[in-house]
Amino acid sequence: MVKKYELVSVRALAERVNEYVIYAPEIAKHCLAGQFVILRVDEDGERVPFTICDYSREDGTVCILVQEVGYTTALLARMKTGECLADLVGPLGNPTDLSAYRRILLIGGGIGSAVIYPQTKQLFGEGKSADVIIGARNEGLLIYRERFARFAKNLYEVTDDGSGGRKGFVTDVARELLERGEKYDVAFAVGPLPMMRAVCRLTAEFSLPTVVSMNPLMVDGTGMCGCCRLTVGGEVRYACIDGPEFDGHQVDFDEAMQRLRTYKTQEEEHMCRLRGAL
Amino acid sequence: MRGDLMRHAVPARPAEERIHDFCEVSLGYTDELALAEAARCLNCKNPLCMQGCPVGVHIPLFISKLRDGDPDAAAEVLLSDNNLPAVCGRVCPQENQCEKFCVRREKAGGSVAIGALERYVADHAAAKGIKVAAAERGDAKVAVVGTGPASLSCAADLARAGVRVVMFEALHKAGGVLVYGIPEFRLPKDIVAREVKKLCELGVDIRTNIVVGKTVLLDELLADYDAVFVGTGAGLPSFLHVKGENLSGVLSANEFLTRVNLMKAYSASSATPVSRSKNVAVVGAGNVAMDAARTARRLGAEVTLVYRRSRAEMPARAEEIEHAAEEGIKFELLTNPVEILGENGAVTGMRCVRMSLGEPDASGRRRPLPVEGSEFDIACDEVIVALGTTPNPILKRSFPELATTPKGTIVADENGKTSVKGLYAGGDSVTGAATVILAMGAGKRSARAILEELKKEGK
Repeated sequence: MVKKYELVSVRALAERVNEYVIYAPEIAKHCLAGQFVILRVDEDGERVPFTICDYSREDGTVCILVQEVGYTTALLARMKTGECLADLVGPLGNPTDLSAYRRILLIGGGIGSAVIYPQTKQLFGEGKSADVIIGARNEGLLIYRERFARFAKNLYEVTDDGSGGRKGFVTDVARELLERGEKYDVAFAVGPLPMMRAVCRLTAEFSLPTVVSMNPLMVDGTGMCGCCRLTVGGEVRYACIDGPEFDGHQVDFDEAMQRLRTYKTQEEEHMCRLRGAL
Repeated sequence: MRGDLMRHAVPARPAEERIHDFCEVSLGYTDELALAEAARCLNCKNPLCMQGCPVGVHIPLFISKLRDGDPDAAAEVLLSDNNLPAVCGRVCPQENQCEKFCVRREKAGGSVAIGALERYVADHAAAKGIKVAAAERGDAKVAVVGTGPASLSCAADLARAGVRVVMFEALHKAGGVLVYGIPEFRLPKDIVAREVKKLCELGVDIRTNIVVGKTVLLDELLADYDAVFVGTGAGLPSFLHVKGENLSGVLSANEFLTRVNLMKAYSASSATPVSRSKNVAVVGAGNVAMDAARTARRLGAEVTLVYRRSRAEMPARAEEIEHAAEEGIKFELLTNPVEILGENGAVTGMRCVRMSLGEPDASGRRRPLPVEGSEFDIACDEVIVALGTTPNPILKRSFPELATTPKGTIVADENGKTSVKGLYAGGDSVTGAATVILAMGAGKRSARAILEELKKEGK
């Protein structure tokens, strides 16, 4: 019998990028594209949020993509199929809502592509397939290529070094599309903060409304701590209960980047300890 | 006059020792001190102290059993009225409740130390495994949302009456504010775990990692259970709304305390980070502000507590203010922050203005007014904001039929009945941020109302 929070499948998708399918029927029953979960690896674990990138109501599973960047993600990378997480809670945050738009451009950078994937699939199902740009540092880090190819209207792949797709940044492709007169009602961009900021600067030039998905530090994920607060349009908003998606043209990205660095020293200490334990 | 004239002080660990660890500060009464203090109770015919107790503990009765040398009987009296006496004995603001009405207060050596005696008897009961009897379990099912004081109290009364109770907790650990908010040195987590275990032994099923309104919906609970009690508290922190508030190093007391208490960030084995700042400024003067200040002190910081009114208006328990002062917390009273200063995104100081007290405002307290030209800077590398909390909006957003006030609190009558049939609410989610004991009183009243309703329906 499958246990609560069991890793039903663990799969390496790219260098230091793993896909985890987790048994959590109550979350799978209620989750929608755009929402996130918070997990703890073990009893001493910190609470870390991850966006749900796929789910199966039939199997009672949710899927997350994790890039090994810090202490908890390194611990996760050592877990194997059949092992269980200590805790998993969700679905948190609000679902993506692009229902008001018809012509949609989805842009995913690095691991952020995992977040636009369920939207790509959903829009295909609704009969309004989107144009999709996915970008990564190199070909090995481009994820879900076949799946995107299947559900996107047009798929544009781009890598920093040109090893996969064309060479350049997602913004280069987006600029080209917009300059050649492709018409979109909205762009939905997910990726590292500098990438989302660059996309927003570009789309602002073309007055294209842009939604971004923010992934700040969090503790509880239910509005209790205020750790995930952002400035959006001059007002303080909580990513966990007001987001995680916001009008990208209103987000204060510089502040978000600064806040993300808050516990950098402590995180490095934890990593040293983990390496020492190896 | 009965017993010793003067109230017996509760022994506490010396400040210079306790600021280096998270162990409990107050040691509680010894057997001798408890007996001596119990002897001070006049066993009034008309016990005014009981008027001050939101859960109606039969105070003179349990104290008289103790004085008669029968602590087991004292425990039975206490446990039948109060579901969490070991908690209440430690965190209730007794000086504003039972002890406020004690006839010895003004003229006879001070009020009887009811809180300290309650703690003594509760710890005795736990050590001896004394429990109250529970009725046989029937078929009625009630869902309790949240596992803080209101919910624990409601669930315990329902379970004892034979109801099948399932509790839903959003975090990974049960206890609500008792585990994430109140620090170990004031309320050891073993005590909370003990109370939670007692509930489980009564047959209550506690399900963690469930956010009602997200993981399961209120409609589903209302369909699956005979009644639902919501005790989700007031968890949303308020901020100052001044410039610099989103700098790294400015955090809510909720975040700071959750990192330290729930996530055990003070321990080397915990993966959760917390800043080890040198100079911390805490804004606010309630119990949460004291908890944050004293926690920061234990993490090695020099701490300044900034409050816009004077000492007399500080809302924290008297004991906490005294303990904080003993531990070297510096109080900057009649002072209000106007800006948080920073460099490269991190806090370097807090600009404040001096205040003076004017005419009484709506709360009856004198309104603080800024003194022109009195700005000054406090050097600090962390600012913790403890300015109160408001109810969490998740439940309401997922269930708009539930009537709430403009402040976000749930509309409920004195028995916790809401605008929705079968749905009850109590505690901070109804009153706004208040105390553990008021929340427990509300949980108890709702349990009684739910039991009556179940009886009417023949369940």
